Amino acid sequence: MIPEIGHYALVLALLLAIIQGTLPFAGAARRNVAWMEAGRMAAYGQLGLITLAFLALMWAYVVSDFSVLNVVENSHSQKPMLYKVAGVWGNHEGSMLLWIFMLSLFGAAVAAFGRNIPPTLKARVLGVQGLIGVGFLLFILATSNPFIRIMPAPPDGNDLNPLLQDPGLAFHPPFLYLGYVGFSVAFSFAVGALIEGRVDPAWGRWVRPWTLVAWSSLTLGIAMGSWWAYYELGWGGWWFWDPVENASLMPWLAGTALLHSAIVVEKRDSLKTWTILLAVLTFSLSLMGTFLVRSGVLTSVHAFAVDPRRGVAILALLGLATGGGLLLFALRAHTLKVGGLFAPISREGALVLNNLLLSVSTAVVLIGTLMPLVLDVFGHKISVGAPYFNTIVPFLAVPLVLAMAVGPFLPWKRADLAGIMGRLWVAGIVTVAAVMVALWAHGVKPVMALVGIGLAAWAFAGALWEIADRVKLFRIPLSDSLSRAGGLPRGAWGTSVAHAGMGIAIAGMVGTSFWLTEDVRVMALGDKATVAGYELTLDKVAPDKGPNYTTEMGFFTVRVDGRVIATLTPERRWYPVARMQTTEAAIHTTLVSDLYAVLGEPSPDGKGWVVRLYHHPLVPWIWLGSVVMVLGGLLSLSDRRLRVGVPQRRANPVPPTMQPAE
Amino acid sequence: MSPVTKHRLLLLLPFTIFLVLLAYFAIGLTHDPSKLPSTMIDKPVPVFDLAGIDGGPGLASTDLTGKVQLVNVFASWCAPCRVEHPLLVRLAREEGIVIRGLNYKDKPEAAQAFLNMLGNPYTSVGADKDGRVGINFGVYGVPETYVIDKAGRIRYRHVGPLMPQDVENVILPMLRELAK
Repeated sequence: MIPEIGHYALVLALLLAIIQGTLPFAGAARRNVAWMEAGRMAAYGQLGLITLAFLALMWAYVVSDFSVLNVVENSHSQKPMLYKVAGVWGNHEGSMLLWIFMLSLFGAAVAAFGRNIPPTLKARVLGVQGLIGVGFLLFILATSNPFIRIMPAPPDGNDLNPLLQDPGLAFHPPFLYLGYVGFSVAFSFAVGALIEGRVDPAWGRWVRPWTLVAWSSLTLGIAMGSWWAYYELGWGGWWFWDPVENASLMPWLAGTALLHSAIVVEKRDSLKTWTILLAVLTFSLSLMGTFLVRSGVLTSVHAFAVDPRRGVAILALLGLATGGGLLLFALRAHTLKVGGLFAPISREGALVLNNLLLSVSTAVVLIGTLMPLVLDVFGHKISVGAPYFNTIVPFLAVPLVLAMAVGPFLPWKRADLAGIMGRLWVAGIVTVAAVMVALWAHGVKPVMALVGIGLAAWAFAGALWEIADRVKLFRIPLSDSLSRAGGLPRGAWGTSVAHAGMGIAIAGMVGTSFWLTEDVRVMALGDKATVAGYELTLDKVAPDKGPNYTTEMGFFTVRVDGRVIATLTPERRWYPVARMQTTEAAIHTTLVSDLYAVLGEPSPDGKGWVVRLYHHPLVPWIWLGSVVMVLGGLLSLSDRRLRVGVPQRRANPVPPTMQPAE
Repeated sequence: MSPVTKHRLLLLLPFTIFLVLLAYFAIGLTHDPSKLPSTMIDKPVPVFDLAGIDGGPGLASTDLTGKVQLVNVFASWCAPCRVEHPLLVRLAREEGIVIRGLNYKDKPEAAQAFLNMLGNPYTSVGADKDGRVGINFGVYGVPETYVIDKAGRIRYRHVGPLMPQDVENVILPMLRELAK
């Protein structure tokens, strides 16, 4: 009964979405308040109904209702409760339901917040959100219904892919989707503004919080995914340039560009056409990611079960949303007025450089991801692997990070670069110091590692020094500096924290990419191995049993200078229902490096086990930095300037209002 | 052309590019990458002779006759390969299946490290550094696995990582059938 309620709720939500996708547009065109208001109500209604559907599916998983096909295919009665719940979105149908749930959440949030958005723009934004909802609800109901029953119900399910039964991955999709779907709001705002034919600084301010929410979630989602890959795939790799990873990286890059160009719109009433285009493209890249992952046009370790019907449907959705958005852009963008001018060396100029580099990076990833597909059409079959990306990305990342520390120092309109560089001397010293430490610890080679560490230190120190410089640290009494720091807008703190987080993450990426130590050997009981100063002894290998797997667990005692500092227990698990083996790495972290142990197969002679030991310097910083970046995003989001609204220009002349002090 | 028209045309550019991309996607949907181009099925394997990695035995097309076997295309930089690798090791050790490795566009030392780390299921490995042999096989992406019959003809192609159900339902029955 409950699955039917969920199914029915989806149908009702579709009807409401159709209302939301039509009535507000007509209302905005005719200035009919009631019709515009209907969009808001429909958005609330949709959230209620889709939440109901989502809970219905979750219930089917929690009670292991094996009369529901989706539950049979992706769950098992013995599965731990966390993964029963996470199993809801660990498959195509359920994840699409999660997608639409997020969309309704954002739709209702737009309806509830943003009271100072002009009613016609708000109605149109909700209308576009409604149309996206129509598309995806139709898609779910027609090709991916999670509530289909199976007769007769089998006694038990097929279990979720064991690789996905992991706490990191349980919460990875919700954050990823929160990011993907969050960019739909920026898209809707862009389309709304194109219809209205008006983009002003206020628009930049309205679209920013949504972009910030989406960007922060996406950052967290990607970080979780890479963390999962790091500890679950059993060798400590954290990024593979896999098409599915690229599919999440492209909207992140474009979204980062959007975040920055929206500032120019807000502060300087400039770059408007470009920002609108970016808003359309960012969400389009999110949709394209969905298409690539779900249609099976590219092969990937993450790819879901392929169904060509779904591919066609998602392609149609992509075509309508992106095609519609871009066509509207082509027809209407010329109505947007060109805004303020600026010199190349200025805050605006730095943000344009940021946008340029991020856009080119997006294009590089896009080309690398799609090339096999495009050439396939001509009958050539190629595969683009990590070598392509690893060759090109540094050329874009280095200037981007170099400029990242300088940008926030530049004033608007025009700047004196030499003077600014003079103020950055502290960051320069920190950079040199960091490179010296790296030299002392790891030697001259590889040179790229030193460059990378220098960049990371430059970004980190530059970001912090920017705040120090603003509060005149050490130049005025400390108490005055502190009160200045308290008075700085949260947005400024957000920028610094996020940039510093990027610096931390870069250091992590560089450390583990260049200074990794690995050791593969056969160890018998009692054998000792030394990795990067740690001495590991294999004490015991014992079988054990989990809720839905059997396991073989190795016990390693880790000593430094003869003192026991940790016990590592890597596992080799066997999931009988899914008939898959997984390795569970054991990690001892000191926050500046990880000791990583994996228990492999018994050696052919039966005397020991193949053991893989790694020392990953700085690797935790990748995720630490990502979390710091997310904190920066949230700090920025809490800036009260995003809520109080921009002084509006009125039709009748009023005394010039003060520009908020920067 | 007046500057205004030029500006309007520029605004049309993103839409145009997107239409081209959309066309590729649409055509791409009709090409299932997991289907071997029909010309290669039941054809003899392409003629090649590759050196091994790190002094190990190499791989030539002549090795692929006389026995039913698998050719697995892998690379150390390929993440899905790491996922399927334990399964290959199990197939080779427990089922006694002959698996030949085609090391695609890889550095030999990286490939050797990969095998040291994860185990070596391959009877022999050919180092296809420039990917030419892979192209002749019709490799679309790594990993891929080919079933070769006694006469050295390609009988089946699997694209992407081998999963336990692929092996149980397709590969093993096929190997048994061909070995008769």
